[in-house]
Amino acid sequence: MTKEKVQKNPFDRHPMLEQLSQLWRNKTAVVGLVIITVFILTAIFAPLLSPHDPLEVSLYDQIKPPVWHEKGTWKNILGTDDLGRDTLSRIIHGARVSMAVAIISVGIAFVFGVLLGSISGYYKGWVDSIIMRIMDIILAFPYLLLAIVVVAYLGPSLENAMMAIGITYIPRFARIVRGSVLEECEKDYVMAARSIGAKNWRILFLAILPNCMGPLIVQTTLSMASAILDAAALSFLGLGAQPPTPEWGGMIAMSRGLILRASWVMTFPGIAILLAVIGFNLLGDGLRDALDPRLRD
Amino acid sequence: MLAYISRRILILIPTLLGVSIIVFVMLHITPGDPAELLLGERATEEALFELREHLGLNEPLYVQYGMFLKRLMKGDLGVTIWTRQKVWTEIKHRFPATIELTLAALCIACFFGIIFGIISATKQYSVFDYVSMIGALAGVSMPIFWLGLIFMLIFSLNLGWLPISGRLSVDIDLEVITNFYILDAVLTRNWAALKDAVWHIIMPAVTLSTIPMAIVARMTRSAMLEVLRQDYIKTAKAKGLSNFTVTFKHALRNALIPVVTTVGLQFGVALGGAILTETIFAWPGVGKWMYDAVMQRDYMVIQGGTLIIAAVFVVINLCVDVLYAVINPRISVQ
Repeated sequence: MTKEKVQKNPFDRHPMLEQLSQLWRNKTAVVGLVIITVFILTAIFAPLLSPHDPLEVSLYDQIKPPVWHEKGTWKNILGTDDLGRDTLSRIIHGARVSMAVAIISVGIAFVFGVLLGSISGYYKGWVDSIIMRIMDIILAFPYLLLAIVVVAYLGPSLENAMMAIGITYIPRFARIVRGSVLEECEKDYVMAARSIGAKNWRILFLAILPNCMGPLIVQTTLSMASAILDAAALSFLGLGAQPPTPEWGGMIAMSRGLILRASWVMTFPGIAILLAVIGFNLLGDGLRDALDPRLRD
Repeated sequence: MLAYISRRILILIPTLLGVSIIVFVMLHITPGDPAELLLGERATEEALFELREHLGLNEPLYVQYGMFLKRLMKGDLGVTIWTRQKVWTEIKHRFPATIELTLAALCIACFFGIIFGIISATKQYSVFDYVSMIGALAGVSMPIFWLGLIFMLIFSLNLGWLPISGRLSVDIDLEVITNFYILDAVLTRNWAALKDAVWHIIMPAVTLSTIPMAIVARMTRSAMLEVLRQDYIKTAKAKGLSNFTVTFKHALRNALIPVVTTVGLQFGVALGGAILTETIFAWPGVGKWMYDAVMQRDYMVIQGGTLIIAAVFVVINLCVDVLYAVINPRISVQ
């Protein structure tokens, strides 16, 4: 009996497991994870969850208040907009758009940022100088301005908005990866890999990059939060998702005219944006504490 | 120090050139004739021909870029499509409004952000700390265009406390000198206009200050926590100095160094956010002007506005870097 009860030394665990359990103990991260999971599940199962078709116009149900209002009905729990479209259904379907934006635009930034940053940090010299100057130029535009300008030229659409946001986020990834790669390059295992004749790309992508993942994961999560905000802002300005696509920012823009008559039409999409962004920010902050103590502010 | 500053200014040049290249290239990768884009659909054949000659659109691209730069140096940003005004004149006219709004927002953000940050740090893990940090989290996650509309609904439409939009009421006369209305009102001792201008700026400025305020509060808190752990704070306390003196005279001074940098960087965030805030509150600044231009496809305005905003942003970042080196004696400038 006593023999079997030998306690495992926590330090024997795989470092990844150790980090995961640390993350699990971090309450902010768990809350963030729960919020994001809810939104992702909502996005995946949107057609099953939403009580109505988000695009269905119903002239009999124009501007219905939410259910707790004295004139509200259970048919439209969060009320309807000026075309009689169900707000709850539109918000549920809006989760699809926002999650897609978060994944695709940050995906673009991640791929190009990691590629440029690692080349920059690994090869150094003039390659590094050129890439970093280009990043400086992208950073010379205040946030949102570059995205607005890119969409203004390419034409307003959700795809262009995602691309524009992706481009503006490249430098944050490139800078982080470059810094980590520069640091890792000095370590012995790189020298060891080189001495056994490993090719450059192999050292870079199979040996160095996996060791730079911590700060990258943190940056990815936090960037998803700001991507959702920026995409909503672009749609609000009429430069992102076009009507009648159910998108949270676009819904707020459409309901501006109803601000006095039916403020709820504008209120709920805003709360949805706020909650989704809070979810990603919480997870990002928690991950930062767990994975990358250097970045802690 | 002088060498450092001049080196930083030299780095500015390639960045600004890069910005101009991006703005230049954007127009040329857009499908269609640039001259037609710049002049709009209403343009006559003669006007198109004239502009093509003026921009050198029949020349190779690098020659065109050279001509573009030359015009920039002379401050010639072209004329707007709809109002036929010089872009540069319009910018000079509108930029003060944007700067006024941005500065007001940053002042609000710094004031409350730093106070909340200090109290949170000195009373770590207290109820106040939790509440203000949750507030900061909501602040950085806030869609400010939505918050602006909610403020408008509550404070203008329902309560009627604040004006709904604009910079000044129609019935108020103000002699415009600098185009900073608050400053102009003070300069001309026009107290009615001052009150009115302040009244108008409150809501847009508070809206715009949300994100910077949250970030400044977080930064102040963590910087203060770091400093309060230092030995010299213990020494100061051991000497028997009051908590107030230790917090404000010893700790805050050092904690503010990273905060200054953060505030500087937030200027850019606020400048970008101004596009949203100005659009909502019909604030006649560069942001709203750019938005209108995007809607009307006025590419001359988009070009000029982008260049100017980016240039201002880059210069501000430079100032922040230099200021950081000046106020932080621990950093030896390399």
